[in-house]
Amino acid sequence: MSTQTSTWSPYGTELTSRFLLGTAGYPSPQVLAHSIAASGTQIVTVGLKRTLAAGGDNGFVEIVRTAMQEHGAHLLPNTAGCRTAREAITLAHMARELYGTPWIKLEVVGDEHTLQPDPWGTVDAAAQLTRDGFAVFPYCTDDLVTCQRLLDVGCEVLMPWGAPIGSGQGLINPFALRTLRARLPGVPLIVDAGIGAPSHAAAAMELGFDAVLLNSAVAQAVDPVRMARGFGLAIQAGRAAYEAGVMAPQDMAVASTPVSGHPFLIN
Amino acid sequence: MLQFNDITLPCPEGLTLAALLEAQEVDANQIATAVNGEFVPRALRAQTWLAAGDTVLTFQAIVGG
Repeated sequence: MSTQTSTWSPYGTELTSRFLLGTAGYPSPQVLAHSIAASGTQIVTVGLKRTLAAGGDNGFVEIVRTAMQEHGAHLLPNTAGCRTAREAITLAHMARELYGTPWIKLEVVGDEHTLQPDPWGTVDAAAQLTRDGFAVFPYCTDDLVTCQRLLDVGCEVLMPWGAPIGSGQGLINPFALRTLRARLPGVPLIVDAGIGAPSHAAAAMELGFDAVLLNSAVAQAVDPVRMARGFGLAIQAGRAAYEAGVMAPQDMAVASTPVSGHPFLIN
Repeated sequence: MLQFNDITLPCPEGLTLAALLEAQEVDANQIATAVNGEFVPRALRAQTWLAAGDTVLTFQAIVGG
């Protein structure tokens, strides 16, 4: 029997938390800081944007940096908004300079309606960024062959979607996710995007995924801090269930109480 | 003239990227730069000469998902 918390190691960094938290869309910097603390996360995602004459970030980024120092966690910058491999490569280099980390959440969007990742652009960018010394966390669909190609070009972690970004639909294709887990044993797999409720996150973890990345489900909750804690607990529960071994479903009822036949019927 | 983010500026001969940032009072350590879509590392800004028609973009850290 084991009651120890298991660890996982994306790009050789050992972590106990399996909850990656996005930092966008919170009602205030203080709520973001408290949500990070409540989640127990050890990786938070951040972004870059073009500087315009007007408008700052109201202190959100400083809150993230401070929270990271307090919790010893890691920043994972993204390439959100990029539509081509070239754009993503350029933005990744900027992120490495600004945030001082080789980790990059690679996003190359291929469709404006679903924000579905472009598999060709993502693979091309991942190949170049790997050559440039980045540790690439590619946001991808649940397509097995695309995932295999990403591994071929040097990715050591994959982040297939559960559903389109921000949709909150949960795991729309459990078959594909189960297939990924079965065909890619040993590869750290993170369900990224589409998670709406803690039960979705638990379901992903029960499938054997190594971690979950989400943002909107916490940021848009009525009480983000409490929701962050709820997700943290669900992710832990789902992982514990996976490691414990979920029972096989049965078509018919199977009595659980060990009675001997009918209690009042004597043959 | 050159384009610097959302504003148009004169482009005197010999202007470097580092000099442009200083003239615009940009905190050079808080931004990343690109000229005509190509990343220019901090260490190369003083050796990157700008020309009329160039587009200079700066990027800053923000929250993200």
